[in-house]
Amino acid sequence: MADAQREDAAETDTPNANDAQEKTTNSTMVEDSSTTLLKRMEITVAEAEKRTGKKAVNMQETYTVYLIETRPSSAVNEGQSVAPDALWRRYSEFELLRNYLLVTYPFIVVPPLPEKRAEFVWHKLSADNMDPDFVERRRVGLETFLLRVASHPVMSNDKIFYHFLMQERGWKEVVYDTGFQAKADSRLRALNATFRVKNPDKRFMEMKHYSDELQSITSQLLRARARVADRLYGVYKVHGNYGRVFSEWSAIEKEMGDGLQSAGHHMDAYAASIDDILEEEEHYADQIKEYLFFAEALRAVCRKHELSQYELETASLDLTSKKLQREELATGIVRTFSFKGMTTKLFGQETADQREARLKLLEEQIVEGEETVREKTAECEEHVHSGWEDMQRFKEQKDRDLREAFINYAYMQMSMCKKGIQMWSNAKECFSKM
Amino acid sequence: MSGNVADSAVSPTTPAQTIPADLSGQMLELDEDDDLEVFSKDTTNTDGRSFSASMQTSPGSMINQYKFDEEEEEEDPGAKDLFITVDNPESHITTIETFITYRVVTKTTRSEFDSSEYEVRRRYQDFLWLRGRLEEAHPTLIVHPLPEKFVMKGMVERFNDDFIETRRRALHRFLNRIAEHPILSCNEDLKVFLSAQAWELASHKKQGPGFLSRMGETVRAVAASVRGVKNRPEEFNSIQEYVESFSQKMTSLDRITQRIVKEEREYLEEMKEYAPTYTLWSGSEEELAEPLKGVANCLDRCFQETEGQVRQLSDCLAPTLHEYVLSTDTLKAVLRRRDNMQAELEAKNEVLAAKRADRDALKEEIDKLEDRVEWANNALKGDWNRWQRSMRSDLKDAFVSTAQKNVDYYEKCLSVWESFLLSMRADVGGVDQQAGGDS
Repeated sequence: MADAQREDAAETDTPNANDAQEKTTNSTMVEDSSTTLLKRMEITVAEAEKRTGKKAVNMQETYTVYLIETRPSSAVNEGQSVAPDALWRRYSEFELLRNYLLVTYPFIVVPPLPEKRAEFVWHKLSADNMDPDFVERRRVGLETFLLRVASHPVMSNDKIFYHFLMQERGWKEVVYDTGFQAKADSRLRALNATFRVKNPDKRFMEMKHYSDELQSITSQLLRARARVADRLYGVYKVHGNYGRVFSEWSAIEKEMGDGLQSAGHHMDAYAASIDDILEEEEHYADQIKEYLFFAEALRAVCRKHELSQYELETASLDLTSKKLQREELATGIVRTFSFKGMTTKLFGQETADQREARLKLLEEQIVEGEETVREKTAECEEHVHSGWEDMQRFKEQKDRDLREAFINYAYMQMSMCKKGIQMWSNAKECFSKM
Repeated sequence: MSGNVADSAVSPTTPAQTIPADLSGQMLELDEDDDLEVFSKDTTNTDGRSFSASMQTSPGSMINQYKFDEEEEEEDPGAKDLFITVDNPESHITTIETFITYRVVTKTTRSEFDSSEYEVRRRYQDFLWLRGRLEEAHPTLIVHPLPEKFVMKGMVERFNDDFIETRRRALHRFLNRIAEHPILSCNEDLKVFLSAQAWELASHKKQGPGFLSRMGETVRAVAASVRGVKNRPEEFNSIQEYVESFSQKMTSLDRITQRIVKEEREYLEEMKEYAPTYTLWSGSEEELAEPLKGVANCLDRCFQETEGQVRQLSDCLAPTLHEYVLSTDTLKAVLRRRDNMQAELEAKNEVLAAKRADRDALKEEIDKLEDRVEWANNALKGDWNRWQRSMRSDLKDAFVSTAQKNVDYYEKCLSVWESFLLSMRADVGGVDQQAGGDS
């Protein structure tokens, strides 16, 4: 297991301080550990394309595929123009990969995929999965996902992941061959079950509580932001009407005509400027959304701990109870209620042979039980250790990423203000000439 | 005094009005001789078409000689001698009704006023009365509009503070426009309005042209309007066309501005929900608490700035546009009244052509009517130019100040986010040292 605790100078694509409009497709702060795949290989999701194919009998479906390109970093660094390896994957394959990772690495906060369907949509934003803006944002999200996995100290070494990047055909079969599907079902069942844990690790419980808060607050934020965006859109667009009326009005004026006409143009420009502004803000929203979905993954790790702990507690209880039964059988002192004991009382003592048989069975069960407890204890400790480690890693990543996101947001707001200043200064000049 | 309606205050329709003795002194820049020339009666011109001809030496062209420098839209403070303020709205409750009165303070050096300072209280009804009297006395002068009565569609309460304040400002503007007008400011009813105590005003209101004479006017006006004017001079046609288009544009701009105010208010409502989510979030975070609080703070401050910007729209731009919407009604009415006068004259001329007897009496009547029409036309044209200049100046100022306010707004918001970034960078410096150096 790679020790990824050393947080080296993170390789970042921090947006240029002076250029708030730079699209940050690699906004992920990736870890610079010598063992991560990302160090050795450059990965991009370069394009998206529409395909049609047969889904079921006589049913055609249109779907989007994404082009994954990989290039060895050494070649890139040396400036060689090497043709990248490339293959096409669709969203459902990404989902399959992620499910595999979730099951295989239950102690890791697995990065989320971009949303399946557009949510937090404000009125002008399309909810259509085929909408080019949606597809583009999804492309960015998928790339972020791959980069995060490729830079993770543990997951980056996964063979299935590697094949996902390199081997187009037959990958699905390889994944299914791992048998993860069976584990996936039981995992889901377990995660959704309710059970009472007596002694969960306090830190995990705090993390679980935090993940709930994070989920709640980010979805609230995203909803409110979408509504604000909607309103702001309305404000800007109404100004376009000024442009139209100024133009008509200038036709009946002599002295004021020129000033009005040119002011009208600036009003039109002002109204049009909101489209780019809000499109950029959508990227900010996507960054927050990623952490909304991350919260779920974080919660899952905590739940897994609860499950392990619960299974351990159950196994321990079971073992204790069996040991007690053995003691009773051996000494004849009944301390606990047992069905056997009760029937014995009612229907008479059992024979020595029967008692012997029962004791033997109990001994076997106790041996098994001790083994189970040993296993479960190890499993639990392992999960606590690795899980806590990854949650720490996650926390630091989250703090870095979101800080960066807020700074980006500030840049976006400033850019919007600068545009506004320019447009209204121009308009003012035109009005002065009226 | 700005403006240059070149005519005397003689208005044949209100014989009760006296010409202030020093009125001619008010006609500042105008040369006495030119003044007379304009009003020379050409008694041989009796057919309608001659009106166009006489228009060529009309005050319209004369006025251009004395045209106020378009660049200087400000009144020459030295020449202004009537200062009026409207403020201090107060509620009055009687057994019958509740109403608002406004304090009207007048400071003047004009000799027709007994004192140099007056302070009275007036209610909206009093303003309505005054305006009605001004329009009656000067049917073809353009009198500044009053704010509307109770506007239902805005769901504004009559005694709502914003409504009262908006109305107060409009009443203030109204009186100031009247005070700036070379002819209207000399009106006797205005003087009474500004100086009389409440009971004096009440009794004065009861005087004036009786009901019957007003009825006579109305009947004649209706008859004339039914008949229609036959030969409207071309320039009044173009003014009419302009007013039609202008009216539409102003109505649109007024509506658009109201809509922007509405949208911005709704935007503010949503911001109220949005900004606190950052504060709420900061409660769950450690490292991120500072940035989150920072963003929340920025959003709050921008919220306040937006409130200020909306206020500029609703307090300055919207009322100005709305006043010009109301102005167009005034303009249409003025044009109509002028048309009616001309129609009356034309009718009389037709009678003259037909009749044999009573020629002299008729002729005298026609002469009077001709004078009246000519005077009215000149008055209108002079006031039309004056109105256009005011309109340009008012609307230019309103739009310029709106644009300026918007620039200020964005500049303030920009600096809010800039200082947030500065504080973030300061933090980054610290974090970097721990992490082993970054950018």
